[in-house]
Amino acid sequence: MINVHDILETIKMIDEEYLDVRTITMGISLLDCCDSDIDKSCEKVYNKITRLAKDLVKVGNDISREYGIPIINKRISVTPISMLVAVSGGDPVKYALTLEKCAQAVGVNFIGGFSALVQKGFAAGDRELMEAIPQALTQTEHVCASVNVGSTKAGINMEAVEIMGRKVKEAAELTKDNNCIAAAKLVVFCNAPEDNPFMAGAFHGVGEPDCVINVGVSGPGVVRAALAKAPKDAPMNEIADIIKKTAFKITRMGQMVGTLASERLNVPFGIVDLSLAPTPAIGDSFAYILEEMGLETCGAYGTTACLAMLNDAVKKGGVMASSSVGGLSGAFIPVSEDAGMIHATRTGVLKLEKLEAMTAVCSVGLDMIVVPGETKAEIISGMIADEAAIGMVNSKTTAVRVIPAVGKKAGEELEFGGLLGSGPIMDINQTDNSVMIHRKGRIPAPLQSLKN
Amino acid sequence: MRAVVSVIGKDMVGILAKVSNECANANMNVIEVSQTLLQDMFAMIMLIDITKGNVSLSEFAEHMESVGKECGLNIHVMHEDIFNSMHKI
Repeated sequence: MINVHDILETIKMIDEEYLDVRTITMGISLLDCCDSDIDKSCEKVYNKITRLAKDLVKVGNDISREYGIPIINKRISVTPISMLVAVSGGDPVKYALTLEKCAQAVGVNFIGGFSALVQKGFAAGDRELMEAIPQALTQTEHVCASVNVGSTKAGINMEAVEIMGRKVKEAAELTKDNNCIAAAKLVVFCNAPEDNPFMAGAFHGVGEPDCVINVGVSGPGVVRAALAKAPKDAPMNEIADIIKKTAFKITRMGQMVGTLASERLNVPFGIVDLSLAPTPAIGDSFAYILEEMGLETCGAYGTTACLAMLNDAVKKGGVMASSSVGGLSGAFIPVSEDAGMIHATRTGVLKLEKLEAMTAVCSVGLDMIVVPGETKAEIISGMIADEAAIGMVNSKTTAVRVIPAVGKKAGEELEFGGLLGSGPIMDINQTDNSVMIHRKGRIPAPLQSLKN
Repeated sequence: MRAVVSVIGKDMVGILAKVSNECANANMNVIEVSQTLLQDMFAMIMLIDITKGNVSLSEFAEHMESVGKECGLNIHVMHEDIFNSMHKI
């Protein structure tokens, strides 16, 4: 029989430490939905998504009940919509409205892929899509947008960086009566992964199969609880071992759920993304893991080192547990979605500069950070450029998801509710950088790109 | 196919009878039972055969959860594969 201790441990992880499968995301290719008539194209998109994903939510709920594992979100990612716009022309917002209709029809809580990949330049449809992002996110509730502005291979498209600074501002302005929520659904990437199941940055890459199931697991609470049992004088390498073992178990669960879901939906299994994604629930915080390692508050000196080790140990444990690890896989450090990060920001221990350093060693970037409403578009472009540079040089994914809180100042708060949490507005460096941003052009690919 | 029924809560008279009675009603055979006391908490683990069950596993799991709630116990019914996948290499 299975060891009683193992059974109780699993139940405790689920009941008390917030172990869950964060998302089952169905990736759907829309390349065969292209049509020179935008209305026909939208119709094909609707038909394909609702056909393939009609049982997604039901299957997720069934697995959740039978296996006793909470599966929090069921989501869809699609081919970057800019490619459909390239063929059809017309107003890209139509596609966003179609995606919204699909999300409501199949009952998923986010659909990602209102995206464009412009790291090396703009193709047909890219500019139109980027221009349409603020409207698209304002007129829809479940649609998420992302733009990849840089990569290690291609360098950074500084014109796209300039545009996206403005678009983030516009998105926030348009939804200023609703906590500037549109900006929370928009991610600007460098080295965006094509199989990421996590929102808001998920899209279905062109190298992916027609339809695929990707799973995102989570479990900061479980890692924290495991570390809490370690003695205070345990050396760091032992702490890394504990994280590895815990990540292994979490990933195995994700792998099992993904395999089951793919069998039941008759869709190939893609990847497990073994990210530690926090939620605002007390105890499900990434920052608490670092604090458990021995920092009074996340943001203290030592934070970057702890995070680097955590991120690496999570991958090592996960890679052994699953033969198909992908997506972002590492630690997420969203500010508004993490009770410990919110606390660290409120008390002033965690500042933007420290966060930026942390993004060099975590799996994403500046995530869910609320900045004062008066922040200029150029400043946001500057933040995007800096993050993209970190990603480009370190051959890793970085992203920026900042929310300018229109009409509010540093020290106040924005309340999103739900998984997005609440964000204290961070005081940021407002020094003028407009000449640099308006130079546009391209930052050439670094030497790291020449690996062949 | 087998599932694990776990019952956690304050010890009281008739827990084993109640849970095994529910299993019998669902035509699920109890293969193994193990119980321990963790301080004053009662923890019972049952391995049951669900192949011949007259209700689906998810319905049974839901039913047992509500049975547990009625008497202040935490009852989980989970497919055994989750434990195998998490704890066995």
